[in-house]
Amino acid sequence: MRQGMIAKNPSVLLFISGLALFTIGVTLLSEAYGAGMVSTSMVKTLGKTLCLCLIALAMDLVWGYAGILSLGHFAFFALGGYMIGQWLMFARTEEIVLAANQGLPMTAGELQSAIASQIFGVVGTNQLPAVWAFAGSLPVQLALVVLVPGALALVFGWLAFRSRVTGVYLSILTQAMTLALSLWLFQNESGFRGNNGLSGLQNIPGVSAGQDALSVWFLWASALALGLGYLAAVVITSGKFGSVLRGIRDDEARVRFLGYSVEGYKLFIFTLTAVIAAIGGALYYPQAGIINPGEMAPIASIYLAVWVAIGGRGRLWGAVLGAAFVALVSSWFTGGRAPDVNLGFYVVKWVDWWQVLLGLSFVLVTIMAPKGLSGLVDLLAHIRPPKRGGTPLGPGDGALQEQEAKA
Amino acid sequence: MSALANTPNQLLHVDGISVTFDGFRAINDLSFSIGPAELRAIIGPNGAGKTTFMDIVTGKTRPDKGRVIWGAAYTNLLKLNEAKIARAGVGRKFQRPTVFEDQSVTENLLMALKAARSPWRVLFWRPKPADMARVQALAVQVGLGDQLARKSGELSHGQKQWLEIGMLLAQEPKLLLVDEPAAGMTLAEREQTTALLVDLAKTRAVVVVEHDMEFVRRLNCRVTVLHEGSVLAEGPLDHVTADKRVIEVYLGR
Repeated sequence: MRQGMIAKNPSVLLFISGLALFTIGVTLLSEAYGAGMVSTSMVKTLGKTLCLCLIALAMDLVWGYAGILSLGHFAFFALGGYMIGQWLMFARTEEIVLAANQGLPMTAGELQSAIASQIFGVVGTNQLPAVWAFAGSLPVQLALVVLVPGALALVFGWLAFRSRVTGVYLSILTQAMTLALSLWLFQNESGFRGNNGLSGLQNIPGVSAGQDALSVWFLWASALALGLGYLAAVVITSGKFGSVLRGIRDDEARVRFLGYSVEGYKLFIFTLTAVIAAIGGALYYPQAGIINPGEMAPIASIYLAVWVAIGGRGRLWGAVLGAAFVALVSSWFTGGRAPDVNLGFYVVKWVDWWQVLLGLSFVLVTIMAPKGLSGLVDLLAHIRPPKRGGTPLGPGDGALQEQEAKA
Repeated sequence: MSALANTPNQLLHVDGISVTFDGFRAINDLSFSIGPAELRAIIGPNGAGKTTFMDIVTGKTRPDKGRVIWGAAYTNLLKLNEAKIARAGVGRKFQRPTVFEDQSVTENLLMALKAARSPWRVLFWRPKPADMARVQALAVQVGLGDQLARKSGELSHGQKQWLEIGMLLAQEPKLLLVDEPAAGMTLAEREQTTALLVDLAKTRAVVVVEHDMEFVRRLNCRVTVLHEGSVLAEGPLDHVTADKRVIEVYLGR
C-alpha cells in the first residue's frame, strides 16, 4: 500500500536533479572554477535568486497551502540577514582593527571600543549596543538567525491566531508588524546602524578566497538550503499534515469540527516558514553585501506574494519557478539592460515601467490564470479539472448531471 | 445537581441554556439530555433554535447561561473549544455537505480517521495498512468504494453527503449531531440514510435535526419539539403530534 516519497511525488526528483544540474553548470562556467563565461556578479545574482526561491517556498507553504496571506515574511528574511550580518561586520572589523594595530597588545576593552567606534562612528556613537553582545560569536549569531525570527513569529502568531484573526485582517496585521520592525530598525538608537544598515557583508572574516570563489560557495550553500527546504516542504505537504493545512485553507471551521486545533497548526506553519525565510535571508545578504531596513519595507513582502501568485500557489515548484522567473526578469529590466521602447510620443524606460508591467501581470494572472505559470505546465500535460454542470438527469439533487453521464 | 442526579446514565446533559443574539432570544432556558446509545430527532419550525442548539453543543456558540455536561466524568463542554469537543467524541454533520473538495476521498477519510490530532504527531503520521483498510471499509459502507482516488469536488451532491457521513464514522464519535441529513437526497438514499442512522444509534447517541416529518417517522424514535428556543414537547412521534401546542405552533401551519 505504501509508496516511497519520491514515487508519490515524481516532481521531487526532477526538482532536485534540476537544481543540482543548474548549480554544477554555473560552477563550470564560473570565473573561479570554470570557463569564466558567467561573471562573478551573475553568480551572485543567481545565488541570491536561489535564496528568494527559498522564501517563496516558505510563502507558498504559509499562503498557498495554509491560506494565511502573510505580508510579513520578508521581515523574517531580513532579520535572518541582520543576525548573520552582525557577526560578519563585527568579526571583519575586528580583523581590520587588529591589523591596524600591527600586533601591539590591546586589552579586550580597548579592542571592543575600537571595533565599536569603527562600526558605529557613522551613527555618532562608539558604544557597542547591547544587541551586539554576541556579535563576536559565530555559533551564537547562527543560532539567533533561527531563534530571533522564530520567536517573533511565535509570539506574533500566537497573539493573532488565538484571537482568530483571519483573512485580510491578518494580512494587514502582518503588514503592520513588518512596518513597525522596519521603522524601529531605521532608528539609530535601536543599535543596527539605522538607515545605513550593515555593510561589507560580502567579506567573510577569516577567509582569504576572493569574491569569485566565494560567490560559487554561496551559490552551493543556497542551492543546498533550497534543496533541503524543498524536501522538508514535500514532507510537510504530502502527508496528513498537508491535508490538514489545505483543509484549513479551504474550510477552517470544518477542520475544527474534525478535532484539529486550527490555531496550533497555523502557529506551527507560520513559525516554521518564518525560520525558513530567515535561513534564506542569512544566505542572501552575504551575497548582496549590504542590508538596511529598506529591505523589509512592506512592499518587499507584497512582491513575495506576487512571485508566488505568478508561479502558481499551492504548488511547491510553482512558487520556486515564479520567484526565479520574476526575480531574474526583474533584475534584467531594472538593471538597465532592457532596451527602451520608443513609442514616438513617449519613451518607455523599463527601469520606471517594470513595476507597472509586474503589477499588470499580477492582475492578469490572478484573473485569467489562478494557477499561474504552473498552470501552463498543466495545459501542456493535459491535466484539466473535470467540467461539471449541465442539467440534472433526475429529479433529486443527488442525480447525475448531464455532463457526468456522458463522461 | 438535581437534574443530573436523576439522569446518571446520560451521555450529554444540557441544562437550562439561554443565548441571545442582538436582543433576539435564540435559545431560552433549554434543557435536553440523551443517553449513550439513543436515537433522537429534534424538530421545530424555522428559527426554533435547532441549529443554535447544535452550535452550542459543538462549541461554536457560547451560551449566556446554563451548563453542558458531557460523559461519565461530567466534563463541562462550555470550557472546551470546538477542536477539543470534537476530540471528546462529538461529531457533527452539516446540512450542506462540507467535504474538502480539493482533496481525494481517501485524503478526506484519512483526515477524519480517529488518530492523534496534534501538529507534531500528525506531521510524522503515515497511514498503516490497517488504516488504509479502514478507509476502504468506510468508503464501501457509504457506497464510495470505487471512488477513493477521486477528488471529492468531483462527486455528486449525494455522494458528498455520503462522504461526509463516512468522515463522521471515521471519527468514531460517541455523539453524532446530524443536521437535515435527508436534504438533497433521492428517495433511495433517504432510505439508506434512515437505516444507517438507526443502526448507528445502537452503539452511540445520534441526534437528528430534521424538517421532514416523513423522514422522522421512519426513524421511529423519541422526538424533541423545539419552539422559540425551548422544548415544547418530548416523546414518541405519535405522542407529540397529538399534543395541542405542537399542532398549534408547528404542524398546524
